[in-house]
Amino acid sequence: MIEWAMSLTANPFFGVSASIGVFALGLYINKKAKNPAANPLLIAGALLIILLAALHIPLENYQQGGSLITMLLPPATAALAIAIYRQIQVLKKHFLPVLLGCLAGALTSVGSAYLLCKAFGLDDSLLISLLPKSVTTPIAAELSMQGGGITAITAAAVVVTGILGAVFAPLLIKLFRISDPVAQGLAIGACSHAVGTSKAVELGEIQGAMSGIAIGVSGIVTVIILQFFPL
Amino acid sequence: MKFLKQLALIFAVCLAGEGLAGLLPFTFPGSVLSMVLLFVLLASKLLKLEQVEDAGDFFLKNMAFLFVPTVVGVMEHFPLLLQNLLPLLAVIIITTILTFGAAAWTATAVIRLQSRKKGGKADD
Repeated sequence: MIEWAMSLTANPFFGVSASIGVFALGLYINKKAKNPAANPLLIAGALLIILLAALHIPLENYQQGGSLITMLLPPATAALAIAIYRQIQVLKKHFLPVLLGCLAGALTSVGSAYLLCKAFGLDDSLLISLLPKSVTTPIAAELSMQGGGITAITAAAVVVTGILGAVFAPLLIKLFRISDPVAQGLAIGACSHAVGTSKAVELGEIQGAMSGIAIGVSGIVTVIILQFFPL
Repeated sequence: MKFLKQLALIFAVCLAGEGLAGLLPFTFPGSVLSMVLLFVLLASKLLKLEQVEDAGDFFLKNMAFLFVPTVVGVMEHFPLLLQNLLPLLAVIIITTILTFGAAAWTATAVIRLQSRKKGGKADD
């Protein structure tokens, strides 16, 4: 009986439906908590890890279905083009501040992550996993994989970064005395991608749009910076 | 069928992006090339928004869900993660603050320079 149930977990339908189930639960908890720290992806991931560990289900069994979901990440990345295209008027209007702001943000993010990882004596695999952590998950995960990092750690670091940005954005705006709504939104998107953007939208329409644009522009700029990065 | 057609268009762009990435003399993420390619197709009106919008929104709206299996993969790296938990968190917190400051200050400086050039009137 137990063997029969265990063999079922290696069926791709298990991985897919379990993922959808825990994510739905994550969304529900997020809605109830009304707090960016209750991130649905983090909740779903944690619940599934607990479930697999408690029932002694091998990760590879789950990934039979999980890998089918992961396969959809490249088209999801491509679809970001649609989100940027919808903001093309705003992008044209603020082209220079967007480009230079995202460039400064990306250089600072990659540079400071590199120096801090070295200072703390972290492994190279961890260092590479953390370098792209300020950009949106699909781009960060692919950059990490290409450099020899651990995509799972990159994905977790990206989500944690996003949550930090969303929770502390109002505080950071005061701390750095940023009064311009364009600069506010841009900085939120540049340091904390889509999760931060959810907070930027609450601050105002301009902030939300700028934050959304910064996700795509920072992603592309970071890809280019990492091409020249000595690893 | 409309949705399937849109899906096929996005997949075709991805295939082209991956193919292009394979031809480049350096390693560049194929999915990012696909994103650039789709943007160029939309901006040049070769592709209309309506031709990819529904399937595109499906991906955009469910983006976070698509990362569930990747995050679950953290399981395999628990020892490494726990060993380095404090430095990892420190790196994430410090870089997030610095990145915010650098992006915000640079954007503010550029906006000020631009409005000064326009004769000091802050019209946007």
